[in-house]
Amino acid sequence: MPRVSVEVDGVKYDDDVEPRLLLAHYLRDRLGKVGTPIGCDTSNCGACTVLLDGMSVKSCSVLAVQADGKDVTTIEGLGDGHGLHPLQQAFHEEHALQCGYCTPGMIMAALDLIRENPDPSDQEVREGLEGNLCRCTGYQNIVRAVRNAAGAMRQSPAQEEATR
Amino acid sequence: MTAAPEIGSARLRSEDAKLITGQTNWTDNIQLPGLLHVAFLRSPVSHARITRVDVEAARQRPGVVAAFSGADFADEQGSLPCAWPVTEDMVLPDHPPIAVDEVRYAGEPVAVVVARDRYAAADALEAIDVDYETLPAVLDMEEAIKEGADLVHSDKGTNQSYEWVFEAGDIDAAFRDAPVVIERRYIQQRLIPTAMEPRAVVCSVVGDEYTMWSATQIPHILRLMLATVTGIPEHRLRVIAPDVGGGFGSKLQVYSEEVICLLLARRLGRPVKWTESRSEGNASVHHGRDQIQRLSLAAEADGRIRGLKVDLLADMGAYLMLVTPGVPLLGAFMFNGIYKMDAYTFKCAGIFTTKTPTDAYRGAGRPEATFGIERLMDELANELSLDPLEVRRRNWITHEEFPYDTIAGLTYDSGNYEAATDKATELFDYDALRAEQAERRERQDPVQLGIGVSTFTEMCGLAPSRVLGSLAYGAGGWEHASVRVLPSGKVEVVTGSSAHGQGHETAWAQITADRLGVPFEDVRVLHGDTGISPKGMDTYGSRSLAVGGVALYNACDKVVEKAKRVAAHLLEADEKDIEFAGGSFSVRGVPDQTRSIQEISLATFAAHDLPEGFEPSLDSDATHDPDNFSFPHGTHLCAVEVDTETGFAKIRSYIAVDDVGKVVNPLIVEGQVHGGLAQGIAQALYEEAVYDADGNLTTTTMADYLVPSATDLPTFTTDRTETPATTNPLGVKGVGEAGTIASTPAVVNSIVDALRPYGVADVPMPCTPERVWRAIRGGGPEHSPRPGAGGGLGSAGGEA
Ligand code: FES
Ligand code: FES
Repeated sequence: MPRVSVEVDGVKYDDDVEPRLLLAHYLRDRLGKVGTPIGCDTSNCGACTVLLDGMSVKSCSVLAVQADGKDVTTIEGLGDGHGLHPLQQAFHEEHALQCGYCTPGMIMAALDLIRENPDPSDQEVREGLEGNLCRCTGYQNIVRAVRNAAGAMRQSPAQEEATR
Repeated sequence: MTAAPEIGSARLRSEDAKLITGQTNWTDNIQLPGLLHVAFLRSPVSHARITRVDVEAARQRPGVVAAFSGADFADEQGSLPCAWPVTEDMVLPDHPPIAVDEVRYAGEPVAVVVARDRYAAADALEAIDVDYETLPAVLDMEEAIKEGADLVHSDKGTNQSYEWVFEAGDIDAAFRDAPVVIERRYIQQRLIPTAMEPRAVVCSVVGDEYTMWSATQIPHILRLMLATVTGIPEHRLRVIAPDVGGGFGSKLQVYSEEVICLLLARRLGRPVKWTESRSEGNASVHHGRDQIQRLSLAAEADGRIRGLKVDLLADMGAYLMLVTPGVPLLGAFMFNGIYKMDAYTFKCAGIFTTKTPTDAYRGAGRPEATFGIERLMDELANELSLDPLEVRRRNWITHEEFPYDTIAGLTYDSGNYEAATDKATELFDYDALRAEQAERRERQDPVQLGIGVSTFTEMCGLAPSRVLGSLAYGAGGWEHASVRVLPSGKVEVVTGSSAHGQGHETAWAQITADRLGVPFEDVRVLHGDTGISPKGMDTYGSRSLAVGGVALYNACDKVVEKAKRVAAHLLEADEKDIEFAGGSFSVRGVPDQTRSIQEISLATFAAHDLPEGFEPSLDSDATHDPDNFSFPHGTHLCAVEVDTETGFAKIRSYIAVDDVGKVVNPLIVEGQVHGGLAQGIAQALYEEAVYDADGNLTTTTMADYLVPSATDLPTFTTDRTETPATTNPLGVKGVGEAGTIASTPAVVNSIVDALRPYGVADVPMPCTPERVWRAIRGGGPEHSPRPGAGGGLGSAGGEA
């Protein structure tokens, strides 16, 4: 069995895994990092989105072994343990979630979106999050939350850095 | 104390804390010592006799603990329940959780494997051998009811489960010599609810105590039903709905997988977990809608409605599940919409097909009905060359006429359709858009503008138990709440509602804070666990606030009544002279003598000095059974731009003015409307569960079944009017389904409106670019703004 060595939310893990084990299942079933949910089996919903070396990926379409030597950030690694990340804060304030199932993936995808485009328009947010489905909110408040968070992050870039 | 009222304030939700940090307790997150994983083998065919199931090889696979066929459970598994026998002679077939002799839809479970992890369980499914002897698929409802049709349940001798009829007024007189008669046939396509959290179940058995965690909307109903099906005594079974990731009706069900996981845990003496994959879910979660509507409307020459005839074929799918037969019948009370008429008949036949069973999906019967009547109103307007709003105005119940007894036998307690419509047309800039439409028509713009209207109502707050009884529903419609006042004056609220995204923890705390005069932060709301919340009827049908919220309101009042006695005793005053406001008890006329509710609760706890015979507790509970439904309404307006060259329809603006009565939390209400709109628009434009000619579902994945993404939806403008419900003390009506119910006809009306000059009178849903394009080509060439462009492929025009 291949061995993976991976840092997840600042904690180092070394494990023997089946070559076919998906990163999403490795996180959830082996590491108990259940903050990242799974919503589909065709890489369509984006619920499982995490950052792999700072870039957003759908963890259901990455093998655990492909994460070897890399750094994974999940929703559980955002914020500083007490305070919320500006995106988390904005999702709360703008009521950008209802059941919350899509939320971890939505926030992680939005983080990558803002990294690439620190001041996205409504349309750019919608396009940037096209790979993340939400069945509850109709997206409007998500768009507003992401734009507000982007604004907050432009004000205090240090906080954004802290999540890397 | 002058704290601002909580009811009506846009409180941020307390449930968000866990959801935004990944600390949510989804069912699939649950780990138990020795937990085993379950996987189901499902029928790959629509209809077949099972001649052999061999699970032996699967049992030998590494990591596999057990494998069973349906036959292995035949004595134990019972039949999945249907709680709504709508007629006395309804055909109700057996529905074994795992098929034993015959499969009747693709996706039906035929065998089950238990293994050490989900990968091993999935692998082992491949080793199971099943022989099927193919039987004819039954896919078309109109074919299915013909003499000699192939049967879904051969022992029943018919594909019709029931016929249910409602008649009011003299329908023949209404249609006799009617100046206008509109006849239409509309299809409500089949939809897949697609909650983002797939279903999941965990079961454990310790001694004779059973615990089930399930991603369900209905822990209480589920417990009772599981006890009935499996014979496990109700008091030995605890059902927990942990955090649940959306439902939309799909988790208002008693599913095969729940029954089988419970039986597996018992049989193996080990805890088990099953989590569905999206593709098995699309085939096995109950579907929604799926009706053929044959409608006739008779009207006067001035547009006033005389009568309406509704004749439905409703696809039940292969079996009747929890409320399958009743869902289309909810439409019986809504087809008349907000309109007055002299006569009305509603006939619905429930038809079996070899497809996934249908059941409640957001709106459940009311979206279908609202679509029918709101489409007809537009057709009537067109026929008479009236503005669609004008024809509605001539027919709707005016605000002076409430309470109003409708032709369908309901009493609408309150409403103001004029106010909502005025507000909507103003926000929409209706006249300007009509002018632009005329102008685009005039210059034969290839991009045409359409305006869609939907002035809807719906019935919420399911439901008065006595009404449910008269409809042969298997239970009541009350809801329960209890309020526990802790010694420190903090409050725990236990509700029988079972939220899965609706924000009850926040809204219920707001109600409690106001009624008891305690800080919002001092209230904790508990729900979704039969061990914690012993009584409840759960969450569906926009009922939680209008029924459960009122139960809570009443329970709070009881707490205050008890506390008043203690306050009177401590203040040495007559109870009649005690006033309560802002969490403080005082003696009338002696304002400096007060006791706070916290002081009273501590005094009650200590019990040193209580009134004679007073039981030392302020805790109270209430069960509320509403006298009537509640009737949210609203006016939705949609402007769509249709590119007549590509058939692409783009929503340019969408205005939703909803009247949901008193609002507890405007933030939550707006969120519910947004989400509802998304789902209604999705029915109009994107979604459809498609079966091929052999009866295989072809939309099994999210790549094929098109749940809209952020780029597929517009920015909505929402607003409200507020006409309180008069049938409950909170004045609330419910909001969970309004957006879904209203938006589908608004969107389709807008597309048809854009294409009237092309002779288009309908576009079947979902109105995909191809269908719109075909509808345009199917219209008369004299209507084409680009004469001569109507040839080629478009001349086929078949699908429209
Ligand atoms: S679970 Fe990964 S995209 Fe759906
Ligand atoms: S909040 Fe429920 S899926 Fe997005």
